[in-house]
Amino acid sequence: MVVLIEIPFYIFSGLAILFAGVILFTKNLLYGAFSLVGTFLCVAAIYVLAQAEFVAVTQLMVYVGGIVVLLIFGVMLTNKITDKGIITSSYNRFLGAIIAISLFVVLFYGILKINFGAVKGQSADMNNVNQIGVELLTEYLLPFEIAAVVLLIALIGSSVISGYKTKETDE
Amino acid sequence: MENEQISAFGEVLIFLIGGCVFVLGGLFSSKLIHPHRPNAQKLESYESGEQPIGSGWSRFNIRFYVVALLFLLFEVEIVFVFPWATVFGNADYIEATDGLWGWFSIIEMFVFIFILALGLAYAWVKGYLEWPKANVTPSDFKSPVPQGLYDNINKKYQSTKS
Repeated sequence: MVVLIEIPFYIFSGLAILFAGVILFTKNLLYGAFSLVGTFLCVAAIYVLAQAEFVAVTQLMVYVGGIVVLLIFGVMLTNKITDKGIITSSYNRFLGAIIAISLFVVLFYGILKINFGAVKGQSADMNNVNQIGVELLTEYLLPFEIAAVVLLIALIGSSVISGYKTKETDE
Repeated sequence: MENEQISAFGEVLIFLIGGCVFVLGGLFSSKLIHPHRPNAQKLESYESGEQPIGSGWSRFNIRFYVVALLFLLFEVEIVFVFPWATVFGNADYIEATDGLWGWFSIIEMFVFIFILALGLAYAWVKGYLEWPKANVTPSDFKSPVPQGLYDNINKKYQSTKS
């Protein structure tokens, strides 16, 4: 039974790494943005296989649905696109490699050190998402409503910063 | 035992994978069997029968970005609404609290959505959602053909149905 879960887990991990490699090595920025979608989808699948449904749904909605749309808009809004798409090349390869390897070493060391057996698994009878819903409306009701205010502030702030107005409509 | 391995959302995942496989399988099998004989005319961008000018890549209007940002904020809101939707109609909770749970949770959610709707109203009132309208000035060209002739032609070739 364990093997049944592990096979798709490794498949999706490999696919995520593959798409991430495409982001790194493609010359066209738009292709990079699209393979970012693939990476996010694979990570969402890994979350589902790890039984973290709420994180998976958040990943799907916010990252696949939202952030990538913003990124693609950012690419499409630039001036230079009209000719052949934006062509990039990579800079600071050496520094980037050092940072990536040191981050990998830190994470790998941490994973080896952590005793995962001590972390309690969730009970099988209660759904992850249901649990969060009940907690939101009982224990964490005030933070939940404050989150709405924070989102409101973010909404107003982002629309003020990015809002484009012509001179005529300005008061 | 099986339920502990594949959770409820695992079924959704299987549907997602199935959708991807159908799309990619169609594209791949078409790539496998279609003849590959491109020429300059076939590779041209389709421009409704016109000769295309420039490339298919073009710039978007900057105003789309505000709409995308608003969309993103409301999507974050959906992340909160989603776990609420799975429990607010729960019959056990409603029975245990004598119907209070349902009213309480729905009012709380309306407060939540109302606060975010204020932001949308703000953006609307401030005119960030406005699109510049093209000024169509009627030309002062006087046609030598009287309007009555056009009307006659329209009447003559009018379809019987309309």
